[in-house]
Amino acid sequence: MSSTIDRREFLTRAGLTLAIVGAPSSLKVLALGPADTASEIFSPGPWLQITPDNRVTILLCKSEMGQGIHTAIPMVVADELEADWDQVETEMAPVEAKYADPVAKRHGTFGSVSLRNLYEPLRKLGAAGREILVEAAAKKWNVPVSQCEAIQSKVHHRPSGRTFSYGELTEEASALQVPENPRLKQKSEFKLMGTPVARRDIPAKVRGEAKYGIDTFVPGMLYGVVARPPAYGAKVISYDEQAARKVEGVRSVVKIDRRIGICADTLQAAWKGREALHAKWDRGVEPTLSTASIEKVLDDGLDQPGREDRNDEGVPSALRQAHQRVLAEYFLPYLSHAIMEPMNATAHVQADQCDVWAPTQSQSGVQQAAASITGLKPEQIKIHTTYLGGGYGGRVKTEGVEEAVALSKATGRPIKVIWTREEDIKYEAYRPGYAHRIEASLDQQGQVTSWTHKVVGGAPRRPGGRGGLRNLQYQVPHIKSVGVPVDTIPTQPWRSPGGSHFGFTVESFMDELAHAANQDPVEFRLQHLAHDSRHHRLVELVAEKAGWSQPLTRGDGRGIATFYSHGSYVSEVAEVSVDRNTGVIKIHRIVCAVDCGPVVNPDTLEAQMSGAITMGWSAALKEKVEFANGGVKSANYSDYHLLRMSEAPEVEVHWMESDAEIGGAGEPALPPIAPAVANAVFAATEARIRRLPMTPERVLEALRKS
Amino acid sequence: MPDSLTLKINGQSHTVQVSEDVPLLWVIREHLQLTGTKFGCGISQCGACTVHVDGQPMRSCQLRVSRVVGREITTIEGIAEDHPVKQAWVDIQVPQCGYCQSGQIMSAVALVEKNSNPSEEEIIQAMEGNLCRCGTYTRIKRAIRQAAEKVRNA
Repeated sequence: MSSTIDRREFLTRAGLTLAIVGAPSSLKVLALGPADTASEIFSPGPWLQITPDNRVTILLCKSEMGQGIHTAIPMVVADELEADWDQVETEMAPVEAKYADPVAKRHGTFGSVSLRNLYEPLRKLGAAGREILVEAAAKKWNVPVSQCEAIQSKVHHRPSGRTFSYGELTEEASALQVPENPRLKQKSEFKLMGTPVARRDIPAKVRGEAKYGIDTFVPGMLYGVVARPPAYGAKVISYDEQAARKVEGVRSVVKIDRRIGICADTLQAAWKGREALHAKWDRGVEPTLSTASIEKVLDDGLDQPGREDRNDEGVPSALRQAHQRVLAEYFLPYLSHAIMEPMNATAHVQADQCDVWAPTQSQSGVQQAAASITGLKPEQIKIHTTYLGGGYGGRVKTEGVEEAVALSKATGRPIKVIWTREEDIKYEAYRPGYAHRIEASLDQQGQVTSWTHKVVGGAPRRPGGRGGLRNLQYQVPHIKSVGVPVDTIPTQPWRSPGGSHFGFTVESFMDELAHAANQDPVEFRLQHLAHDSRHHRLVELVAEKAGWSQPLTRGDGRGIATFYSHGSYVSEVAEVSVDRNTGVIKIHRIVCAVDCGPVVNPDTLEAQMSGAITMGWSAALKEKVEFANGGVKSANYSDYHLLRMSEAPEVEVHWMESDAEIGGAGEPALPPIAPAVANAVFAATEARIRRLPMTPERVLEALRKS
Repeated sequence: MPDSLTLKINGQSHTVQVSEDVPLLWVIREHLQLTGTKFGCGISQCGACTVHVDGQPMRSCQLRVSRVVGREITTIEGIAEDHPVKQAWVDIQVPQCGYCQSGQIMSAVALVEKNSNPSEEEIIQAMEGNLCRCGTYTRIKRAIRQAAEKVRNA
């Protein structure tokens, strides 16, 4: 790893400012000048500021949506910097290129990449800061650097016992050369990393004081609501603008694209105005679209040729020479993010500036959208990122912001747009539905000799790509992978995007293969994983912790699934029982083992594993978007059901820490849960569930077929 | 036409100009800007808007404001920071995104103040109406047990 110093600048009275730029593989540590000269920086990077009042401020390019990143980022920097945790502050970085995620090169929070992309740059940033401060103190005392040591925001001169606080060193430090290769701490020297540091956002959330997007108030603001077409692509035929304007409190009625916006003094007036419009719409682009029609398109897609992603020449002969051939088809429905904080945004468009307050996973997307609507330059769009009341991929798109900006532009007033729950469920972009067909050949010893996998889905641009077969960990000599793109309805990432369907299908199928080969599902997986690999060891760990070779504790069946995604390995064992009369699955125990390399905050890691498993089980058990009459039928939590407390599994989390490259934590625990439970249901009943969700009706149907 | 209504929230009187049929939720959040109480569904399905009315947990999204005039309304901001439930929520590090947690805490406070030794079934019964998309249910249960123990031993 090489580091270069691009430039350094004398610091203003404000204090020492350090920034770091570049991808982990081409790291550059920079000493920056005051903000007004920083535009000369050509590469993006996050900031660290130490001010004479001894405060350490870390600017964040990631949104906090419960994953704990606003604690993890400062933990990494402060640990290497040897900063006093109580004097560390954070704030959201301005949305400018130089502060962006150095790998993704944008402002946004997605793909469990935050620590993967930032861990090393943040460590180097903190370590460089620590070395400069030590050097500055040594210079002031005129003593050798080797006699000085940084401890908790102070530099100590060991022989004399003298100290300088970091704040007293900012001016001196700013004039010094930034070290090219700062010494990173050994793991044994960590004070914060690897410990369960309390999350910084939790006290405000418990007091009810944390500000989410929906909590934004701007002087002079109006509430904006939008009348939307009930069917995809429907155009408005007529609406009564005058009636809407007559509603007390309604200030304006604005046409934006196909929709009609109402701005009013209160939310209630805006809603009444929307009703008074009595908007009539045509039947849209596909009036017969329904749940059944979409499922048919997906299922029928399995017989389309599709696009080959990979086609090893050995596949046909492996199939011909197979001792056994196994084929199975799976189906996964469209899923809603069903985020608790509904879509909302507040915008104030002025002549030379547009302010946007939003709970967003994509500040760069917000900036582009607002710039394009207003005609302002991206740097004139000021984004105020609030806490996110959930994300899971559902705040990557920017419709709410677009509406608020368009309405503010039209009215000249600040506008707060809040979607109702019904709007949020019906008009968001979903996790696509998928149909999979997998066929494999086994030899006489029960080894998989070929794997042919076809995926039909809403947006399978890379059917074998990320989260898919390119991440297949099993040693299979010949693979064919085909994607059949289906152009249906709007979709966007949903927690562990590819893994959420590949996890279910690949791991269910591995279980089917194990049974076909008459082998134990754990043994079968181990045989197909590279011996002595991280994954192999993790499967052994989860089997041991779950007591795989021991008798069942409470349930009637045990199932395993294991999946690699977002740089992390996660293996899960579910112990379940199934009521054969009602079809109800009861989870008794989930044992989860994860290897994500270094663990920054074990308590957050546990929370993310447990949370992703709970969300994954919610989806696998009961979630499914229903469509009818060319649009969406699902409307609220009353018909798009989420898991409740009585159904939430107890999750036991173990991890295998390693010095490997750091992996993601927010998503990788989700893919294995659905197949682990489905495989446990099979172990308990010999009923194989190949279509999600695993509703009692589906379970009963599978029981009848078994 | 808006009516002039006086509400007693967290021990303080507030006079607001709103129609009688406006749900309490929106009066609390948008008129008085006590934003700790959250909007989730509007149909009493998620519990994010839970407040106490005369000590009883109620969903404020479907409660007409005229029905609570003269009654004691408590929101998340009105629960003391050293309340055993709030302390347990911090100790156990319950919240993830945190959006549902005001409602979870209000339901939990009502539970432990009525029953300081709730069984698993009683906890579930009291909390089943509060959804959490992040999946913090197991930590919520742990925090309630810890808070209840503190209330018991107080």
